[in-house]
Amino acid sequence: MTDPAIPSAYVRDKRTPTPSRDELRARIPGWGVDLNPADRPSYPKLQYPADTGAHWDFPERQPEKWPRERSIEHAFVTPVFGTAQPPKGLSGVVRKFAYARFSEGRLAHWLLLVAGDRIDAAEHHLRSFASARPDVPATGLRTELTRGGLRSRRGRSDARHHVLDPVVVAGPWLAAAGAAVLGVRKAARALGR
Amino acid sequence: MRAMVYRGPYKIRVEDKPMPVVEHPNDAIVRVTLAAICGSDLHLYHGMMPDTRVGHTFGHEFIGVVEQVGSSVQNLQVGDRVMVPFNIFCGSCWFCARGLYSNCHNVNPNATAVGGIYGYSHTTGGYDGGQSEYVRVPFADVGPVKIPDWMHDEDAVLLTDAAATGYFGAQLGEIAEGDTVVVLGAGPVGLVAAQSAWLMGAGRVIVVDHLQERLEKARTMAYAETLDYDEHDDVVVELKKQTDYLGADVVIEAVGAEADGNVTQQLAGPKLKLQGGSATALNWAIDGVRKGGTVSVVGAYGPIPNAVKFGDALNKGLTLRMNQTPVKRQWPRMFEHVRNGHLTPRQMITHRFPLEEIPEAYHVFSSKLDGCIKPLILPSAA
Ligand SMILES: NC(=O)c1ccc[n+]([C@@H]2O[C@H](COP(=O)([O-])OP(=O)(O)OC[C@H]3O[C@@H](n4cnc5c(N)ncnc54)[C@H](O)[C@@H]3O)[C@@H](O)[C@H]2O)c1
Ligand SMILES: [Zn+2]
Ligand SMILES: [Zn+2]
Repeated sequence: MTDPAIPSAYVRDKRTPTPSRDELRARIPGWGVDLNPADRPSYPKLQYPADTGAHWDFPERQPEKWPRERSIEHAFVTPVFGTAQPPKGLSGVVRKFAYARFSEGRLAHWLLLVAGDRIDAAEHHLRSFASARPDVPATGLRTELTRGGLRSRRGRSDARHHVLDPVVVAGPWLAAAGAAVLGVRKAARALGR
Repeated sequence: MRAMVYRGPYKIRVEDKPMPVVEHPNDAIVRVTLAAICGSDLHLYHGMMPDTRVGHTFGHEFIGVVEQVGSSVQNLQVGDRVMVPFNIFCGSCWFCARGLYSNCHNVNPNATAVGGIYGYSHTTGGYDGGQSEYVRVPFADVGPVKIPDWMHDEDAVLLTDAAATGYFGAQLGEIAEGDTVVVLGAGPVGLVAAQSAWLMGAGRVIVVDHLQERLEKARTMAYAETLDYDEHDDVVVELKKQTDYLGADVVIEAVGAEADGNVTQQLAGPKLKLQGGSATALNWAIDGVRKGGTVSVVGAYGPIPNAVKFGDALNKGLTLRMNQTPVKRQWPRMFEHVRNGHLTPRQMITHRFPLEEIPEAYHVFSSKLDGCIKPLILPSAA
């Protein structure tokens, strides 16, 4: 016998035996009902379902009402697709370029799409300021008061970087506002000259 | 109709939107009666998912009533009460024919690397989702299932994603009898993964998180041991100690790309967006599992690269298994488990918000305020 102080990893068998089936069944409802690995829904990974409900070999094609942006790794626009938020404005140009030029394998594809997202948000924020519902840097914040913002974070390690959130969220807004003020001043000075 | 709408990172509101219409003969329009916010929605909400457009309606966990069906729909009728898997899938492509419903090739023109998902940005197909009064459900003959009479609506809505993903995550772990299973993340997905690990014969289940109410839920709902990573300087070393220096036989990663616990990863990922996200939990999984063990990843990562410790995975001879959940494939068996009380998804619901208050719901769930584990959304037309 080896010294029992030597941990399991250094000897042949686990030193602490697992509790018996009966013990586990008594403690945990349903313990072991899926014990057989070969009898679980996702085993084997590839399996042919008897009936998926599909009654076609290839689905009928949904009408394409505008040239739908698509990954160039696809042979064509898939027969079914979402029609929410068609590309528009400058963000739309960036997005369409990202799809047309770069495959999913290229980082540029994704970085352009992220850039498109930021432009899209900026376009909408600007427009919202001229509307009855101007955007704000973040929503739902009143729950900080009504749902215990402070109490809920007490002792949590992530609270340390939560203090960064206002900077991450409002920072770009402050920068944009600053730039706008400077721009207006410059323009005013140019006009005054 | 009223619908949740994205306005940019950290900004959502409720707007009037046009009703969805039948765009394909196998479409149905479903009036949503109950929806939920998923941990995955937080990645969109934080602006981490490329091609998330302003105006997009999120929501891939929902149940409802069929309002209208397209001309080729055979299996559903107006008035049927249905639960809708979060995957949109055709049932007939190469992938669907082999049961890979979450990897369908016929529903997402925007990307080949991911299938179709309701309300999950254009990267998963550009479909508006179910955090609204009505939603377009493509391939109505393939995805939705009528809710069994005996099933509670709140279990049904969780079976459309969170619960199915927990159960799937445990299967990916290839658990053998007596295995020590570590679950990273005590969110809705991790909690059900922990419950499921027992069903597959685990000898020990340890759940890791740092939110007290969630760890408490892991003990009461999933009979698990728990580990608060805030209490340990190095959680991997603690896991090694607790497993007699072997490491866990199986680690299930149910956290995803916004993992906490490492400042550099948090800053480079979610905060500054210099990488796709934070790979802290994935790296803990790789380092915490034993050599020759299995890491199951159901935590979500996007298409932008992450700093993952791949060399450790290689040198340890690990098996890495992962996917988006093919939800419908899980259902027949899961229905039995829910009916027998072996899986109890609705035990983790903590909050119910009317659709009009969804901006509040997102902030509470995202910042983990008020002990929130799982929030449901009640649409006004319901
Ligand atoms: N594969 C799929 O099909 C699929 C489906 C649903 C959800 N998901 C993903 O699963 C993940 C979990 O979803 P959820 O709804 O439970 O989310 P959630 O945000 O409610 O839970 C995540 C939990 O992880 C904890 N956590 C953070 N960092 C951690 C760390 N380093 N170690 C351990 N725990 C940590 C958090 O405190 C939180 O409790 C998300 O990434 C989500 O996108 C994937
Ligand atoms: Zn989800
Ligand atoms: Zn398919």
